[in-house]
Amino acid sequence: MREAQFWTWHVLAGVVILVLGGLHMITMHLDGLWGLFSPFGGSAIAWDNVAERSRQIIFPILYILLLGVALFHGFYGLRNILFELGCGKGVRSLINFVLVAGGLVLFAYGSWAAIAAHAV
Amino acid sequence: MDTDSKGTKDILFVVRRYNPETDGAPYNQEYTVLVEPGMTVLDGLHQIKNTQDATLVWRFSCRMGVCGSCGMLINGKPTLACNTQILHVTDRVLTVGPLPNFEIIKDLIPDLQPMFAKHISGRPHIHRDDWDPRAAPADEYYQTPEELIRFLQFSYCIKCGSCMAACPTLARDKSYLGPMPLAQVHRYNVDTRDGGFNERKKIAGGSAGVARCHYAGECSNVCPKGVDPARAIQLMKRDLVFSYLRLKKRKGVCGTIGPAPHAKRREGVPDPPPYTIEQKG
Amino acid sequence: MAEQKKFDNHLGLKGWWGGGRWGLERYMYTLHRLTGVSLVAYLVLHVLVTSSRAFGKGAWEKLMATVGVPVLHAGEFLVLLTFIFHACNGIRLVLVELGFAVGRAEEPVYPYRTSLNKQRPLLIVVMVLAAVLVAVSGYDFWSLH
Repeated sequence: MREAQFWTWHVLAGVVILVLGGLHMITMHLDGLWGLFSPFGGSAIAWDNVAERSRQIIFPILYILLLGVALFHGFYGLRNILFELGCGKGVRSLINFVLVAGGLVLFAYGSWAAIAAHAV
Repeated sequence: MDTDSKGTKDILFVVRRYNPETDGAPYNQEYTVLVEPGMTVLDGLHQIKNTQDATLVWRFSCRMGVCGSCGMLINGKPTLACNTQILHVTDRVLTVGPLPNFEIIKDLIPDLQPMFAKHISGRPHIHRDDWDPRAAPADEYYQTPEELIRFLQFSYCIKCGSCMAACPTLARDKSYLGPMPLAQVHRYNVDTRDGGFNERKKIAGGSAGVARCHYAGECSNVCPKGVDPARAIQLMKRDLVFSYLRLKKRKGVCGTIGPAPHAKRREGVPDPPPYTIEQKG
Repeated sequence: MAEQKKFDNHLGLKGWWGGGRWGLERYMYTLHRLTGVSLVAYLVLHVLVTSSRAFGKGAWEKLMATVGVPVLHAGEFLVLLTFIFHACNGIRLVLVELGFAVGRAEEPVYPYRTSLNKQRPLLIVVMVLAAVLVAVSGYDFWSLH
């Protein structure tokens, strides 16, 4: 049942990404038409807008949440694709280790960056 | 000329041959068959064997689409040879090959043992904790038409292997259970006579189970009996998820008509015969 | 029965790609995998690049200038397309794989209408949604900057 449990979280993570990732896409790519969360106008990735988002605590929180679910969803999906190429138990353990380790490292780095940017 | 007024045509059969004793790998052999309207691929193969090449071998039995023996790859699609009329799928060339995603024993004969082993691993039988149905084999169960329809579609499976041949996951991952075994697990899970859901959960929800299905849907596209294994697997995913998240309480098993469940065999009911195949755990 | 030599007839990676005879949902499966792997690769780079904001304005603007070159800028639109497809198809898959859009079990009557027929309208809807999103975001991306 273990695999089906992971899969359940994979699907739930996907739903969360639809919401948070969708908001992220709107912020970043509808900055001309809408300008959501870009109070200084212009490009969403202009420093002033980036700094303003980092300043309000809700953004680092949501970014860290989005990072977590995206890494879990993506790496679990990648794991499935690699497993379905047909590999033995040893290779599967190695893939598990590399992906979990890589995912944790990326999550730690990205979370640190979000918090550090807020603290500046 | 290759057509006459009755619609008869010369069709070129390109048949995949393989003899393990003499060949390193399969190869194609061509035969020309005079095909009349209504002739099935199976009829064509018989014509070849009777009049052109007696060494060609394949499996068949009922020749009417109920036994599942003649599953083959016909013009790139896995289906039953007896169920496929030649002139419905081609007017010049017909390619016939063994089912993909199995090992080939000879010519058009796949080794279906792995599929059957996976099927058995899903415990495809009525399982009760309260009594052993073999103790009173003539007792009947209550079941409403609504309860019947929940599993009836999936019980039409004839184990032909076409779905297994069409599944993209099985193309690479030999350990995946596959559409047929999983559909049969679901067939018993939703049968109200059965109480074995918790046992089968471990198989269906395991690493070779439903998580390996991604709804490519080819299994349902090729199934010659309309079993729709893709539907069975997605419905089973819902059952597994709801069971894991404790969102739905499963109903109990249905009772029997007649005397209450027995602790011991009734008088005069003989013991079941010994198993004819080896039992493993 | 003596051990007999058998030929392995598994389709291998070719079985993931198919070709020509497969149904629409099969191609959607292949595309969903492709877009997913692409997005994972992009995600890794994206986390590394955007984390530079922790190092202040100078580091951020320098990196944005580096990735703002036309080729990479156009590539970013490709990522957006990939995300839109994967998300919209994902909506369909969430519904289907939780058993909501596949229809109930029924008595199969030839010619068979399978769960694929039942979910086909949903597939059309999510792809239309994807097309609309691509159009809107494409307008913003290319015309308004």
